[in-house]
Amino acid sequence: MAYSLKEIMNRPERITGGHRMCAGCGAPVAVRAILRALDPEDHVVCGAATGCLEVSTFLYPYTAWKDSFIHSAFENAGATISGAEAAYAAWKRKGKIDETYKFIAFGGDGGTYDIGLQSLSGAMERGHDMVYVCYDNEAYMNTGIQRSSSTPKYADTTTSPQGTVLPGKQQYKKNLTYVMAAHGIPYVAQTTLTANFKDIHEKAHKAIYTKGPAFMNVFAPCPRGWRYDTPNLMQICKLAMDTCIWPVYEIEEGVWKLNYKPKKKLPVEDYLKTQGRFKHLFHKQNLHLIEELQKDIDNKWEDLLKRCGEA
Amino acid sequence: MKKEPRLMQGNEACVEGAIAAGMRFYAGYPITPSTEIAELSAEKLPYVGGRFIQMEDEIAGMAATIGAALTGVKCMTATSGPGFSLKQENIGYAAIAEIPCVIVDVQRGGPSTGQPTCPSQGDVMQAKWGTHGDHPVIALTPSSVKETFDLTVRCFNLAEKYRMPVILLLDEVIGHMREKVQLPEASEIEIIDRKRPACSSEEYLPFKPEEDLVPPMADFGTGYRYHVTGLVHDETGFPSNSTKVADKLIRRLVDKIEMHKDDIIQWEEENTEDAEIIILSYGCVARAARTAMKALREKGVKVGLFRPITIWPFPEERVLELAGKVKSIIVAEMNLGQLVLEVERLCNNITKIDRVNKVSGEIIYPEEIAAKVEEVL
Repeated sequence: MAYSLKEIMNRPERITGGHRMCAGCGAPVAVRAILRALDPEDHVVCGAATGCLEVSTFLYPYTAWKDSFIHSAFENAGATISGAEAAYAAWKRKGKIDETYKFIAFGGDGGTYDIGLQSLSGAMERGHDMVYVCYDNEAYMNTGIQRSSSTPKYADTTTSPQGTVLPGKQQYKKNLTYVMAAHGIPYVAQTTLTANFKDIHEKAHKAIYTKGPAFMNVFAPCPRGWRYDTPNLMQICKLAMDTCIWPVYEIEEGVWKLNYKPKKKLPVEDYLKTQGRFKHLFHKQNLHLIEELQKDIDNKWEDLLKRCGEA
Repeated sequence: MKKEPRLMQGNEACVEGAIAAGMRFYAGYPITPSTEIAELSAEKLPYVGGRFIQMEDEIAGMAATIGAALTGVKCMTATSGPGFSLKQENIGYAAIAEIPCVIVDVQRGGPSTGQPTCPSQGDVMQAKWGTHGDHPVIALTPSSVKETFDLTVRCFNLAEKYRMPVILLLDEVIGHMREKVQLPEASEIEIIDRKRPACSSEEYLPFKPEEDLVPPMADFGTGYRYHVTGLVHDETGFPSNSTKVADKLIRRLVDKIEMHKDDIIQWEEENTEDAEIIILSYGCVARAARTAMKALREKGVKVGLFRPITIWPFPEERVLELAGKVKSIIVAEMNLGQLVLEVERLCNNITKIDRVNKVSGEIIYPEEIAAKVEEVL
């Protein structure tokens, strides 16, 4: 069936409004989009590692989640959902349960790229029929903007402060999507929020209904940590794709496929200048750092094009 | 020039104290309510030639602290309850491998994620028994911002002196509270550095204790090559299956503290001379206890305050002495009764022991302590 934004948007929400995520935050938009990809008759068990999403979506006595929900410890959303999925599989095998349940773990980049990486890797390797979704906002936002291994080079955070000694974070962002692709699991996707939500919807549907483990890395900007005006969320996602800072692609049974190739690749400045965390890069003495970032993006883009057979 | 008094947070005073004590390496991980300690270390360490690294998780924060300490640098990491739990294996490693380092635990409500932004004193027993096996423990607990500075310095000094991990137990109130603080001049601060070997590298035995039971420690990278392990080891540092070696090592590690209790243990007492009732309290709760005591004294109630500053090892002798003189000891703490177990163990047959406990995430109020005193009277 052809994708219809209207049909998709008319589905009942599985994470409702009234949660306390910030205006202009990408994470809840991403979660809503992913849950909308579930067939409405299917149940889902959601798990979330400690983080903004977890702390802001169920404030006693309320919850925004319409499905079963587990808040795990920070480091083990992957393992916790593994346990639930394994128990369900055993029930299914013994004929003790009829309905279909799906299993989705959510984690921020801190809970996924860093402290939860071992747990995620284990869950994927064991082959649980589950989806792990990372909403990647490129720092520990819940504790107040500390760098993570997902924070891009030269971004200003409270533990990689830009100042007279150093111009922000000194390391490049970890390429987690590649790391997950190397697990050889049935489905890996990198996506973000696009105007018609088609990319994230279709990828979520594939991830959920592909048998076995799947991983989705969703670029989800944070207005507090990145310092942008809240209405600019979608524009920043678009610029991330058009500058090739965040290409959207998928790996299905080992086959790499690029889902969006900008007609005109924009220079990285266009993206950097939208966010306060990169403001210092536009000082005269730092302009060469932008060139360095551009080179790095170009190299990584070329590499991806090769993998996707587009070079 | 005398330093200006400053308004600062407990967590900030901790970083100031650490840098004054000589901290030049910090490895940690963001966790509420200790994150400011990491943030300020990230900001301040580069200016004194130090290094801050943010690690991928709590375990790594502790491990990197150990690794750096072996090179001769004074190191610290900070965390809160869940992170303190994750660090425990490596805290035991630091105990058996005799690695000087400081671990700050800004206590929040637990167990698990618990109440991240609320105060608690729920980690008192975790500080003592959180890692497995018998091991030495030193834990200090301040009850003001200035004392946080002083005790952070002292944690480094004790870590260096006794070659072991030392724990600073803060709580969320002390960590986040702001007070006016007059920081001391560098010349007024006593700094202790670890003993280094006086012998040549050929003769050096890394785990051969001197009379004080503490072995001199060589810095990695200075030609004194030696083996470091979490296994039971002999004086050379190499693992041993000998029951004798194991028994000797574990007893020495624990005796290292037992032998120097008088040097390590500190407490504060107020109005204990004529007291009929003593409130025993520490950290933020000791402030409420002091207010309660003052109000009761104005009414003519003979009540005193005993505040352990060194929580482990516990000031047993003094508590025992006081117990013989009073009708009751009331232990007020923000848990369901942890340090009170120590008091009961010591004084059960000597005096009556009462408790004021709270685990709601709210500090104990002076009125609640005063009400208990009046009930016991």
